Amino acid sequence: MFKILEANELTTNIYQMIVEAPRVASACLPGQFLIIRVDEEGERIPLTICDYNREKGTVEIVAQAIGAETYKLSKLKAGDELADVVGPLGKPSDLCEMSVDELKKKKILFIAGGVGTAPVYPQAKYLKEHGVDCDVIIGAKTKDLVILEDRFKEVCNLHITTDDGSYGRSGMVTKALQDLWDEGNKYDHCVAIGPMIMMKFVCKLTQELGIPTVVSMNPIMVDGTGMCGACRLTVDGKVQFACVDGPEFDGHKVDFDQAMNRMKLYKTEEGRLFLKAQEGDTHHGGCGNCE
Amino acid sequence: MDGFVRVPVREQDAKVRATNFEEVCLGYNKEEAEKEALRCLNCKNPQCVQGCPVSIDIPAFISQVKTGDVEGAYQTISKSSALPAVCGRVCPQESQCEGKCIRGIKGDAVSIGKLERYVADTARELGIKPEGAKEKKGKKVAVIGSGPSGLTCAGDLAKMGYDVTIFEALHEAGGVLVYGIPEFRLPKTAVVKKEIENVKSLGVKLETDVVIGKSVTIDELMEKEGFEAVFIGSGAGLPRFMNIPGEQAMGVFSANEFLTRSNLMKAFDENSRTPIMRPKKCVVVGGGNVAMDAARTALRLGAEVHVVYRRGEEELPARKEEVGHAKEEGIIFDLLTNPVEIHADENGWVTGITCIRMELGEPDESGRRSPVEVPGSEFDIDCDAVIMSLGTSPNPLISSTTEGLEINRRKCIVAQEENGQTSKPGVFAGGDAVTGAATVILAMGAGKAAAKGIDEYLSSKQ
Ligand SMILES: Cc1cc2nc3c(=O)[nH]c(=O)nc-3n(C[C@H](O)[C@H](O)[C@H](O)COP(=O)(O)OP(=O)(O)OC[C@H]3O[C@@H](n4cnc5c(N)ncnc54)[C@H](O)[C@@H]3O)c2cc1C
Ligand SMILES: Cc1cc2nc3c(=O)[nH]c(=O)nc-3n(C[C@H](O)[C@H](O)[C@H](O)COP(=O)(O)OP(=O)(O)OC[C@H]3O[C@@H](n4cnc5c(N)ncnc54)[C@H](O)[C@@H]3O)c2cc1C
Ligand code: SF4
Ligand code: SF4
Ligand code: FES
Repeated sequence: MFKILEANELTTNIYQMIVEAPRVASACLPGQFLIIRVDEEGERIPLTICDYNREKGTVEIVAQAIGAETYKLSKLKAGDELADVVGPLGKPSDLCEMSVDELKKKKILFIAGGVGTAPVYPQAKYLKEHGVDCDVIIGAKTKDLVILEDRFKEVCNLHITTDDGSYGRSGMVTKALQDLWDEGNKYDHCVAIGPMIMMKFVCKLTQELGIPTVVSMNPIMVDGTGMCGACRLTVDGKVQFACVDGPEFDGHKVDFDQAMNRMKLYKTEEGRLFLKAQEGDTHHGGCGNCE
Repeated sequence: MDGFVRVPVREQDAKVRATNFEEVCLGYNKEEAEKEALRCLNCKNPQCVQGCPVSIDIPAFISQVKTGDVEGAYQTISKSSALPAVCGRVCPQESQCEGKCIRGIKGDAVSIGKLERYVADTARELGIKPEGAKEKKGKKVAVIGSGPSGLTCAGDLAKMGYDVTIFEALHEAGGVLVYGIPEFRLPKTAVVKKEIENVKSLGVKLETDVVIGKSVTIDELMEKEGFEAVFIGSGAGLPRFMNIPGEQAMGVFSANEFLTRSNLMKAFDENSRTPIMRPKKCVVVGGGNVAMDAARTALRLGAEVHVVYRRGEEELPARKEEVGHAKEEGIIFDLLTNPVEIHADENGWVTGITCIRMELGEPDESGRRSPVEVPGSEFDIDCDAVIMSLGTSPNPLISSTTEGLEINRRKCIVAQEENGQTSKPGVFAGGDAVTGAATVILAMGAGKAAAKGIDEYLSSKQ
């Protein structure tokens, strides 16, 4: 069992937790993920490692409650335990492989969308710790959904944009990128993490601008160790398993349309389970009031 | 002439079992087992033992069954096998112990597997456990993977008095026994869990959720955590695909994904939180045990199932019993057939598969006749799911993170057959990780040999 030391709601439906997982904490690097099971009957859900403390043996996760499992997770409090935490899984970010001199020569931009903001944090923090500057664009639908703003401010040049213009710049992250570029920011490395649709459009733009772009793919997974092939993607015409070959890939080579399609695979099946989790025992059927 | 025919084993009716996940074979009761045991001739030079990869003293345990001494029979088997309830169910007996039985020359071989299962099941019901170590050696050994090879190696080392910890990547122990082989062939709670508890009762520690090579490396285990030897029993879990057009469509799965969802995550159960596709018409590609398991699982989830295999009936690598069971349950075999392309609708869901007929060509050097396409014989099968069961290879997670561990062309770890020694001092390996996908009993045999090898290595080290 893995103890939750801290649990907070960052904004509507987005939850942050610090969990005791010494083996993961001692080995993980930015870009990697872990898999949890909330309880003994739970599904295995992959979540990016958002921060870690090697001395304390803890890792931080940020999860959006979108389905049955993440909804259950959101109900847990400090002191509760997760049945399983396994990791770190996947490859660390390319940035961790580069030398500090190499990194310093680059002008690096991160683009984060929605809950994808959290996985960007450890990478920006890693750069800061190695004395490397970077820019970060955080995109959110509206002001209330911007997360981790204060922590980002400490480690990067932060640009916030909201779809409705309620905070920071106005418009989608692609508009912010175009604007920053036009303002004279000539980036030569981009990392985009967020919903697949966002990553797809960021990649389209960075291809036009000629900025090499890395994306972090989050397909449906089961084991996370290369055993099932559920997470397979086509990258540069070749089949890749996101859990072991990724999760980061060259965004200009990923077949996003196919990847987005594959995400729909269990939609109806999961919708059913989600309703069950939310309504719990209150839903008996047969009352005539619901379908 | 009674003696020529084996006592038939009771099974769930094919029509009934095709709709449930309960065990197909019901096993012998006391009376049936003792009757079948009488057929054994207690040979002086028992050929059956030579056919068993772990050399169980078969005539001895069968004699004990004859006299009703189940406890004695269990201890006889336990000397050679840590998982008799599993082997009795899943060993390819027809090509091993029973394939060599003298009774088989004129009539049916003795049902050795069913008798072994009877002994193990009865012992479990009576609460009989294997005997543990008397003296501790005070030395730590790490075992990677909790499949049959790892469990056997760990159990044997614990019996010798070593302090053993098993590290398992998944949240549950058992390897293929829990994630691959379905409930209807190998009950998880009633059989596999209990066998694992037996191993634990010998003092073996089990740490799940640890991926060696990711959470911690072999070098770290040896240098920082004080393990003096390591056994790698990490299996061959990496699935292959065909690389044909349409393989990324929705509704195309590896057998591993389909089976893991159903077995490990229990998705066959309506109440499970893990989703699984319930196909209407499903094509399973391949002819091994894994293909049979995927096909029979899909059938139980409500599908009409076609097994597409490129060679003929004779060449099907699956156990005969499984092929027979599959046929009885209504699975359709399209033999000498190979897929060429998978089709999908505009939303990306599978709608069908184009296959081509094959014929067997001249035998090659190995004597196997390889299939060749019959030009122009393409035809379509409509379906909404395709399950690829083309074999698996060892996962590179461990070999790529362990300095000095030699692997061969097929990505298998190189280890000596007699003691499991790898190219790295103190590191031993066995099972599918060394041989590529094989059988439970061969993996157990390798775990056993490695336990002996580790004991010799550590004894000579001091
Ligand atoms: C490598 C990786 C890292 C991830 N990191 C994070 C993270 O840091 N924070 C976070 O909130 N989420 C993250 N995710 C997504 C997270 O795993 C899913 O949201 C979660 O599995 C959904 O589980 P559920 O049971 O609550 O929802 P489900 O009931 O399983 O699904 C609800 C809906 O989400 C879709 N869905 C299913 N799986 C995924 C998935 N893997 N990604 C996105 N949508 C999915 C389904 O199609 C369905 O429509 C990550 C995924 C991967 C693969
Ligand atoms: C569906 C199916 C049906 C089969 N049917 C039969 C049958 O009827 N009869 C028969 O004899 N054989 C059958 N087999 C084959 C048999 O199950 C295998 O040969 C046998 O299980 C191999 O045992 P093993 O111990 O080498 O590996 P496995 O059983 O594969 O166990 C390996 C374990 O190691 C773990 N692991 C892997 N990597 C790591 C890591 N880096 N860190 C920690 N843990 C790790 C895995 O999670 C797994 O639990 C079948 C196989 C399958 C898939
Ligand atoms: S372990 Fe397998 S091969 Fe050996 S006797 Fe038992 S069933 Fe036969
Ligand atoms: S070969 Fe057959 S008859 Fe002879 S001892 Fe073995 S099981 Fe009995
Ligand atoms: S999640 Fe199973 S192979 Fe990647």
